[in-house]
Amino acid sequence: MIAKFLKSREAILLAAVIALILLVETRFAGFAAPSNLAGVFNDTSILIILALGQMAVILTKCIDLSLASNLALTGMVVAMINATAPGVPVIALIALAIGMGVVMGMFNGILVWKLDIPPIVVTLGTLTIYRGVIFLISDGAWINAHEMSGGFKAFPRAEFLGLPVLSWIALLIVGLFVVLIGRTGLGRAFYAVGGNPHAAVYTGISVGFTRFMAFTIAGGLAGLCGYLWVSRYAVAYVDVAGGFELDVVAACVIGGISIAGGIGTVGGAVLGALFLGVIKNALPVAGISPFWQLAISGAAIIIAVAFNARGERSKGRVILKSAEHAQ
Amino acid sequence: MSLSEGTRPRHVPDRLTSRSQRVLRSWEALLIGVAVLIFIANTQASPYFLNPWNLSDATFNFTEKAMIGFAMALLIISGEIDLSVAGIIALASTAMGYALQFGIGTPGLVAIGLGVGLLCGAFNGVLVTRLGLPSIVVTIGTMSLFRGIAYIVLGDEAYNGYPSSFAYFGQGYVFWVISFELVVFLILALIYGILLHATNFGRRIYVIGNNPTAAVFSGVRVQRIKMTLFLLTGLMSGVAAICLTSRLGSTRPSIAYAWELEIVTMVVLGGVSILGGSGSILGVVIAALVMGMVTFGLGLLNVPGIVMSIFIGALLIGVIALPRLIALLRARRA
Repeated sequence: MIAKFLKSREAILLAAVIALILLVETRFAGFAAPSNLAGVFNDTSILIILALGQMAVILTKCIDLSLASNLALTGMVVAMINATAPGVPVIALIALAIGMGVVMGMFNGILVWKLDIPPIVVTLGTLTIYRGVIFLISDGAWINAHEMSGGFKAFPRAEFLGLPVLSWIALLIVGLFVVLIGRTGLGRAFYAVGGNPHAAVYTGISVGFTRFMAFTIAGGLAGLCGYLWVSRYAVAYVDVAGGFELDVVAACVIGGISIAGGIGTVGGAVLGALFLGVIKNALPVAGISPFWQLAISGAAIIIAVAFNARGERSKGRVILKSAEHAQ
Repeated sequence: MSLSEGTRPRHVPDRLTSRSQRVLRSWEALLIGVAVLIFIANTQASPYFLNPWNLSDATFNFTEKAMIGFAMALLIISGEIDLSVAGIIALASTAMGYALQFGIGTPGLVAIGLGVGLLCGAFNGVLVTRLGLPSIVVTIGTMSLFRGIAYIVLGDEAYNGYPSSFAYFGQGYVFWVISFELVVFLILALIYGILLHATNFGRRIYVIGNNPTAAVFSGVRVQRIKMTLFLLTGLMSGVAAICLTSRLGSTRPSIAYAWELEIVTMVVLGGVSILGGSGSILGVVIAALVMGMVTFGLGLLNVPGIVMSIFIGALLIGVIALPRLIALLRARRA
């Protein structure tokens, strides 16, 4: 068991994250202190939640590029409701955010399932549509901190057993995903559909419905993150989380989730997100200009995918070398 | 199953559809219909639409994107994709601005723009063809890497002061209202049309897209052709970078931000299958016109850019979903 773990991708990734933390520690003492690491985790919580949603989608051989737009739209809607009607309880707003996210995810899912449109095309379209709708409803205006009610902003920051609620939500989602992916039929169906869609059909799994569910779950999580993002940063505007969809895909790829579907673990997605989160938090304290961040995460994706490809190559006997390369 | 089927004599045509029917039912015909409708809607919506100078200005909405779109179409037909094209524009433009600081003249700047484009294309190509990595992930990575390097060099600064001779590429007119960019667009459309539809190279791109394994066994040098396509896409991004930088007269690291999505939208709207294996350059040309007219027409009506993106997104999904939806409903009724 332990030997197996040591050889796994997750172990290597964990070692990489720890090495990265220690490297930063040498330049800036105190980075590896538990309280600071808890802060890094809290900072990365939203990325972790979205990466798990994206993982479900990628496992089924699809991709969802609309997650960040979904997040921004739900965030704007709950912020606007809070600004105009501060009396609405936060829990109702969270439920609304999740519900809206689910609906947007279902819209992606229906198009992929019933009309068989390639997911990258669908979500490329909804990415721009959802983002545009934010402008339509807000008229380009910002919802600032002073317009939001105290309870709205306080919820993700509230401390519970030493950790903010935001971190607890991320941990809860991680726990739910461990159960969903490993212990439910739907979770196993994600792997079956991504690993071999044809075989999945013969075992009685509806490929389209499984993908629909993956999009729905990812959408719901994006909706939840919409509230979390807007309340945590206490601002909502059209470009909230712009380009974040690629960070989410990057976290998954770094975490060893195969873009070809069917391969990946919850631990991998979490570690992939943490890897990016540590880099994001380390750059300022290490005195590196934040302008380096984009290039570093780009390089990390390329290195990670090159690394993953070596592990994923099938062990079968190669009859014609060049034919294998053509795949 | 309709009732009349059993009563009529069975009719088996020797050809499934006639040539004219095929043309009428083709994706390009549908797109032309959409283009005409948008054109008419635009003339009705704004009295300023039919002004030749306005129309000429409108072409800048799509010429640069379409230049990359042609190469991207070939790449997507071959079953790969390049999401780093806007990143290449940012890096090539930054490199040109950097060279400008050393007093390099217009020919040198053009060479640097094209050279950086080619280098970036080669980098993508090597990762995809030599290491066998999936292009969608590789180019998501290089998209951040290329633009990231531009951010490292420039930060929140900008390069200005390009020589006046450099301004011709983005601001010059060859004849009356025909801009230099429009001429480049038309010439490239012709070149790519011939390359894809009338050469062995073009046929091989379709073969690769339809069945890469069969292509290898048929003696097609799959990796070499894919490498060439990545180089072409990089080169076209370099060309677009020159035109765009010249038109704007400055370089910021956020230049051409999110263009990759618009370019892929244009190509897919043009009828190129995102799964590879089918598509035409004519389709991409018409899609470029459609997107350009939508953007321009809405611009005349003072619709903000972000709302236009809703139309573009809806157009992308709608144009692809509609034929499938009709087929689905037809199948259900039968």
